[in-house]
This record gives sequence, C-alpha cells and structure tokens, in this order.
Amino acid sequence: MDKTNAIISVKELVKKYDDFTAVQGISFEVYENEIFGLLGPNGAGKTTTLEIIETLREKTSGEIIVDGYSVDKDANKIKRIIGVQLQAAGYYPNLNLVELMELFSGLYGVDIKPMEMLEKVNLQDKAKAKYKALSGGQKQRFSIATTLINSPKIIFLDEPTTGLDPQARRNLWDLIIDIRNNGTTVVITTHYMDEAEQLCDRVAFVERGEIIALDTPDNLIDNLINSGFERTKEVKKANLEDVFINLTGKEWREDN
Amino acid sequence: MSKPYNNTKATLALAKASFRSIMRSPSAVVFTLAFPLIFILVFGFLGRGGVKVDLAIASGSDLQNPIIKALEQISVVHIIKDKDPAELKTGLEKGNIDAVINVQKNTEDNTPAYLANVQYTSASLDKGTILKSVLNNLMYTLNSKDVKPTIAQLNESTVQGRIYRTIDFILPGQLGFSLLSTGVFGTAFVFFSLRQTLVIKRFFATPVSRASIVFGEGIARIGFALCGAVFIILIGHFFFHFTLIHGIITVLNMLLLAIMGLIVFMGFGFVVSGIAKSESTIPPISNIITLPQFLLSGTFFSIDAFPSWLQPISRALPLTYLNDAMRKVAFEGAGLWDVKHQILIMIIWGIGVYAVAVKVFKWE
Repeated sequence: MDKTNAIISVKELVKKYDDFTAVQGISFEVYENEIFGLLGPNGAGKTTTLEIIETLREKTSGEIIVDGYSVDKDANKIKRIIGVQLQAAGYYPNLNLVELMELFSGLYGVDIKPMEMLEKVNLQDKAKAKYKALSGGQKQRFSIATTLINSPKIIFLDEPTTGLDPQARRNLWDLIIDIRNNGTTVVITTHYMDEAEQLCDRVAFVERGEIIALDTPDNLIDNLINSGFERTKEVKKANLEDVFINLTGKEWREDN
Repeated sequence: MSKPYNNTKATLALAKASFRSIMRSPSAVVFTLAFPLIFILVFGFLGRGGVKVDLAIASGSDLQNPIIKALEQISVVHIIKDKDPAELKTGLEKGNIDAVINVQKNTEDNTPAYLANVQYTSASLDKGTILKSVLNNLMYTLNSKDVKPTIAQLNESTVQGRIYRTIDFILPGQLGFSLLSTGVFGTAFVFFSLRQTLVIKRFFATPVSRASIVFGEGIARIGFALCGAVFIILIGHFFFHFTLIHGIITVLNMLLLAIMGLIVFMGFGFVVSGIAKSESTIPPISNIITLPQFLLSGTFFSIDAFPSWLQPISRALPLTYLNDAMRKVAFEGAGLWDVKHQILIMIIWGIGVYAVAVKVFKWE
C-alpha cells in the first residue's frame, strides 16, 4: 500500500440513542483501494458506524467525508458511489435473481446486464432461482453482486461470512480480493480474526463505541509479541481448518 | 456517473418488480380475482331464474284439464309431478314444495266443470301468496273466457325496459369489494413485510427516493387491480349479461372510479402497515376496516333493505359510494360528472385517511 489517499474520513463520530451511546467519538480514515476491517464484539458499534457512513442512519455529531462528499449535505451523491451489503437484508419477494438485478439497476439508474453481474459472483446457474432458495454462501454472493451494480468506488460488507462453511468462506475471500484488485475500496466487518488477518490491509478494533487499536494486522501482531505475549500452546504449521480444507477440497460447490 | 439520477426510471423499475411479485402471490390473486368471481358465478346463476313457486300435483289428480295446462304455461310456477302422498306431505311440511294442487272433474253438477283443491303450507307462506294471486288471476281468465265484462275491462301492457338483473347489482359490489381488499390487505402486507425484512432499508442504500417507492408500489397495485377489474367486468358482461350501457366508455368510467376507490383504500393499507405490531396483527386490523364495508356498503343487499338505524352507518362508508357510483355508471349510463357527489365523498375519505397515514406510517 503505497497510496495513502483517504477515501473515507471519519472525525469524532458520536451516535447517541435514547438511553446509551453506541459510538463515542471515533475517528479513522480508509485509504483508497484497501480492504479495511472493523473488528470487535457484538454491540461494539461496528454496524452503527457503517450505517452512518452509508447514510442510512443519522449521526449525533462528528464529521464524515466520503470521496469528497459530506454525509450531511450530499447523502444522495454518496449513495451513487457506494455499494452496501447489509447484515441480514432481504430482497423483494417472489422475484428471481435476474429480476432482482433488473430492479436494482433501475434503483441505481444504471444499465447493466443481469447475467454478467451474476457471472461475477458465479451465480449464473441460479439466474432463475428465488433469493430464498439460495444457500447461505450463495445469498452472500448475491448480496455482494447487488453492491457492484453501480460500479461503486467503495463497498461495505457487514459480516459477509458469518454462518458460512469453510469452503464458502474462502470463496468469498477470493471474490472480495478480486473486487479490490479491480480498483474498489472494501470496508468489511467480521468476527473472525483469521479472516481479518488474511483479507484486511488494515484493521480497527472497536470496543464500546471507541477505537482501541488501528494498524495493519502484521504490526498489531508484532506489537503484541514485542510486549512479551506468548501463546500457551505452540502453533503448528497448519491448523484444523487447513485439515478440513485439505480433506474436503477447496473447489466451488454446488450448494455453497 | 455524471448523468443525472432518473427518478422515473427507478419508480418504473419498482413498479415492474412489484407487479411481478403481486402476480406470483397467491393471496393477492385469490382476493382480487377468485373471491369476487365465485360470488359473481353464484349470484349470476341464482339470479337467472327469478322467483319460482314449486307446485306439486297430487297423485290421483286429473291431468288433462285447462287449469293444469294453463299453469304449465306460467313461468313463475314450477310444476312437480309423480310424487306419492307421503313425499308430498313431508315436502309441504319442510317447505320444499310450496303448494299441492288436486284437480277433479265435477261429477255431481255440470258447472263448474272442474274442482281445484289447493293446499298451501305455513312453511312457505310468501310463495303461497304469490301462487294464490297467480291462481286467482288464472281462474278469472278461465271463467270469464266467453263472458263480456259488465263493469270494466282490464287492458294490460308492459313497457319494454332494460332488464335489471341480479348481476347488475352484484358485480359492481364485488368489484368494489375486490378493490377494497386488494387495497387494504395488499398494501398493508407489502409495506409491513418490506420494512420487516429490511428490503426497504436496502433500497435506502440506493439513491431511490421515498416518493418513488410509494409511487412504484402504487402503480403496480393499481395496474394489477385494473387488470382484475377488466377481467371481472368482461366475465360479467359476456357470461351473465352485465349491463354496460355505453360499452367501452362505461368500462373506462368504471376503471376511473376503480382507481379513485383503490387510492382511498390503499390509504387504509398504509395506516394498517404503520400501526400493525406484527405480521399476525395485520389481518384482524384489516378485517376491522374491510368487513363492515363488505357487509354494510351494499355489496350484496341494497342499503335500503337495512333497518333505519343502520343506514346512517352504511352511508358513512366509502365503499358505499364507490358501489353506488359504479352501479349508476354501469346500469344507468351516468357519466363521472353525474356521480360527483359520490366522488366527492370518496375524496373526503381519501384526505382523511392519508392525513392519518402520514402520521402513523413507518419506514423502518
């Protein structure tokens, strides 16, 4: 990462609900063309932060600039240059994937070929299937395809791999890396540290609405080791997931 | 990226998606088409015969006489033959048979030539009364065949009018009910479930405006309801002789009324989707709105038939005015301006309902 051009800048973001403060004054920048991870336990404020940047939620105070646009004044301009995958979002009922793609191309006001979009996420065989009939991994891949319709500069993925089996998860990683290699900035939240380590260029740890650490995965690990930390169990050159993948194969599966 | 965002395109994309979705939703098709059609079929066939009096001929009765012959010619009377006395007795008691006639040759005197004994039943007094007047009329005609009237002669004639069939009453009512249910149930369920399943939230992550979402849904629902209305009107017209005075113009006027009614009813749907706490509370709340109108707005019976204390309630409901306007347009050939009173009341309802809808409607 030579370029350190900030495409998203968040300053002193605060979000208060009636009885508690979900986000208490966090600041960070996301650089152009990186994969940026927001990590932290449930309820730490990751989703709230994402949704405020995505212009889906009002902030209480602070300043957010996305590719030169302010969320306060240019929410609609921001919506046109970002792609959003929501945690557990549904899609219009009774429509097949191609029809959903047509709907979203109308909503974004762009002309796309639905089949090409589905091919990008390897769902061309499911073109006539309903969203409900897809497996977990297919659903997530479809969700990601909908985020790509408007050729966005940034996509936001909120826990895209939660609940997927190891193969589906690895397939999704490959897809996300492809998207980044095509020039799109990716902001992702996850609970899986191995995923963040593999995927993210930089990660921010969020805890109780505050950022408690922000750096590259390597630096964060090195810092911990330098502070004298040692694992109680010596790490082998492979782990159980490597065994699983080795035994069951890494290839795409019909149902994942 | 530089070209301006096109709201119309977004609205139409949503309308198209919503229309496809409605067409594939069994409940929408059942409520909009199947229910009204079933009622129309039932009442269409019921209405064909008009009133029939079932008159049985007693066993042992003379059959070759002018009375029976004349009765067979009268369309109101349905002659039943070949029943044994036991069947006749139970038939009379249950009211399945309205009366029994027994005609005998007069063997004691020469005049009158025949004696006709009629037995009515208290189980079916109204039909009995009809038969009584039919028989009186018949006897008078038969007895005075060769006699010149001494006081006055009755000359009767019938003006050739438009036949007002049951379908002319039932179809507009069913059409109104179909619009009411698709407007209320459909709108309430769609917006509730789109909100609940975060479909709307995902929409909000695109540049689409809220107005586009509402209009897109509205266009789809109106389009679907109009297809249903045309279908119902055509079935009614070609299979049951539903009267369309000015043909296609009448149909267009009816469709315009349908749109107005539907917009008002969709307002109720927005309100329901806003106040419903869960999916399972939508049907009861919707029923509170639709059922009273279904029963009291002259869908099946004319409001004039209701007791006088009930009529003011009927005359407060929007469906009453839609039904009324539909019937005037279809059967009397009224134009939209002739039913401005009904339209005005629907507009007032619309303003009221949407004022509430704006207050209670929730996006998330």
